[in-house]
Amino acid sequence: MKLTRRLLLGAAAGGYLLSAGAAMAKTELTFWSWRQEDKAFYNEIIKKFQEKEPEISVKFETYAPENYQTILSTALAAGRGPDVIQVRAYGNLETIATPGYLLALDKQNVPELANFPEASLAAETLRSDGKVYAVPFAMQTQLVVYNKKIFKDNGLNPPKTWDELMSVAQALKAKNISPFANGTATAWQNETIVGGLLSSMLGKQFEEDIVSGKANFTDPRFVNALTKLKDVSQYFSPNFTGVDYPSSQQLFVAGRGAMFAGGSYEIANFKNQNPTLDLGVFSAPVLKAGDQALVATYYDGGYAVNAKSDKKDAALKFVRFLATPEYGTAFTNQLKNLSPIKGIKIEDPITQEVAKLAENSMSYLMLVRFRYQEPSGSVLLQSNVQKMLAGQQTPEQAAAEINKGIATYYKPFQK
Amino acid sequence: MPVSPKQARTWKHRSWVAFLIVPPVVFMTLFVVYPILSAFAYAFYEWRGLARGEFVGLANFRDVLFGPTMAPVVWNAFLHNVYALVALMIIQNGGGFFLAWLLYKEPFGFRFHRVAVFVPVVLSTIIVGFLWKLFLNPNFGLINQALYTVGLDSLAKPWLGDSSTALGALILANAWHFVGFPTLVYLAGMQRIPSEIIEAARLDGTTEWQLLKNVVWPLVAPSTTILFTLLFIGAFNWFEIPYVMAGLDGSPFGSTDVLGLVFYRTAFGNQSASIQNFGQGSALATLIFLFIVVFASMLTLWLRRREIQF
Repeated sequence: MKLTRRLLLGAAAGGYLLSAGAAMAKTELTFWSWRQEDKAFYNEIIKKFQEKEPEISVKFETYAPENYQTILSTALAAGRGPDVIQVRAYGNLETIATPGYLLALDKQNVPELANFPEASLAAETLRSDGKVYAVPFAMQTQLVVYNKKIFKDNGLNPPKTWDELMSVAQALKAKNISPFANGTATAWQNETIVGGLLSSMLGKQFEEDIVSGKANFTDPRFVNALTKLKDVSQYFSPNFTGVDYPSSQQLFVAGRGAMFAGGSYEIANFKNQNPTLDLGVFSAPVLKAGDQALVATYYDGGYAVNAKSDKKDAALKFVRFLATPEYGTAFTNQLKNLSPIKGIKIEDPITQEVAKLAENSMSYLMLVRFRYQEPSGSVLLQSNVQKMLAGQQTPEQAAAEINKGIATYYKPFQK
Repeated sequence: MPVSPKQARTWKHRSWVAFLIVPPVVFMTLFVVYPILSAFAYAFYEWRGLARGEFVGLANFRDVLFGPTMAPVVWNAFLHNVYALVALMIIQNGGGFFLAWLLYKEPFGFRFHRVAVFVPVVLSTIIVGFLWKLFLNPNFGLINQALYTVGLDSLAKPWLGDSSTALGALILANAWHFVGFPTLVYLAGMQRIPSEIIEAARLDGTTEWQLLKNVVWPLVAPSTTILFTLLFIGAFNWFEIPYVMAGLDGSPFGSTDVLGLVFYRTAFGNQSASIQNFGQGSALATLIFLFIVVFASMLTLWLRRREIQF
């Protein structure tokens, strides 16, 4: 008797819950990311989104960055995976977009794509079909970060030309300050150093010529830039070939190095570790006064929709929200990371400076153009520059090695 | 059909044995045999990310061993594994043998030293790698600072950034980490030697060196067999210390690259090469596995033959 009553009660309660659920018709989206550190930010954004779309809830889930790609592709291959996906860009995007796991985006399903610069959409485009697969979220800039206080104390101004850079470095070294905190023991640091210091000397024309196949990496512009890099490396941190990435960051944060050639993403990190640092940024120095000063830029990744999701409409609504200037402004100001969306308002002065420098930019060449096949341009550049700076090969040899590696798959170099 | 008590007993016994054997066999099949076989199968396909493409036969194996892109990297890494094997054989196992002999003679404080020698083995490799990275830091690391203090400035180096010293530094860090293991195994082997044999040798007036070479060394042969075999397997699977101390790229410029790192980069990609190639990765893993199985078996058989029964 008791049992029957309980069953009836249970059924009634269940029925009530079901009908309540039907009345609300709540759609729950899952949203995957590798940015555990931005969880609070995303949850706040989700709340703002729900003010507009109370019918849709979003669950933000993160995985460790080093395993993210593997976990994501496994889930997608099994026909599961989240509804909204934070994806990376360029070659990394292709691994996921090529098997058809992502929904193609266009100006019909995401009209907000009109708010984005072409280069940012190109980063999320599959080369084989020319379709965009994600809404870009951040632009990164390779440049030189400098310690304003050290410069001021020594009566120095941020250099515009290469000769000025050399004399600034000379002056700092004479006062026993390491001009650059950079070290080359961590392979990928060599690529960021090239992007931060050599972009202006390489120039936009060089990039165009590489893409069209008019020039290759044995080009004098590239070899000369490497020669200059070898020259300036005498001003890197002491024993720089053995200084790894964390050590070089520490040198800069501790104020023992005056400049750091690297990514704009370093700034927030430096500030977190030492809030008293007064930082400035400048573009790669030009060879001769009057040349255009450039930084190297690339896009980090984007927000994509799972093609197999059964809640595509809700997912598209959320992704469209992530493409609004309102979102871009929050992203830029809270995460101190430059959103590519046009018309955002930047509060942070140094982010403003970065955005201003980024108006004159070339691509962060190897990542943007040559990370699609093995051996990737990045790996070649990193190891050969590392070897050159260690004094084990000449700039000519480094350039030739890089060229040889890329020529194994890049048709324009095979002539 | 009536069952005799004896039959019932054997039946009970058999089901008991089956009960003990079946779960581990199922477990091993599921989590060891199956992954190995599937990796072997993966190696014969082309992969687009994690989506399996066409059957390509031995193409992945050919690319790994002879392809213009992979082969130089693989052979370079293989050579480093061989260096590591030879160097660790001498430093880690040889060092372990002499440390064991010192402990065997029970010098003052031997109980403390017996524990102290083994402590690094218990530490996590991540911690050991990180610790040695700090020791080897060119500017504030213990090793260079010590050299400056005693006036040997010319010997100070950016150890991990110099292609001529980086691999050696990793090998030494590894030897420091694991030397306690061969020490303990050899010590156990030495303690198994009947004391009358050593006493008899001493009465015959052997020198310490003769005693070690002609009596102790041959009699600890079973320990040597197991240690050499394990080191062989370890040296060709070497991953943790290079990964922690030199990074996935075998920095600087491939001078610390080993097969484990090449496998990881190939199969899972790294920050600077977005490409994941499961087929080539699986082919490389299969080749490493076969190499280790074949040569470790041969090594064991060869070492077994020199063991003496006593």
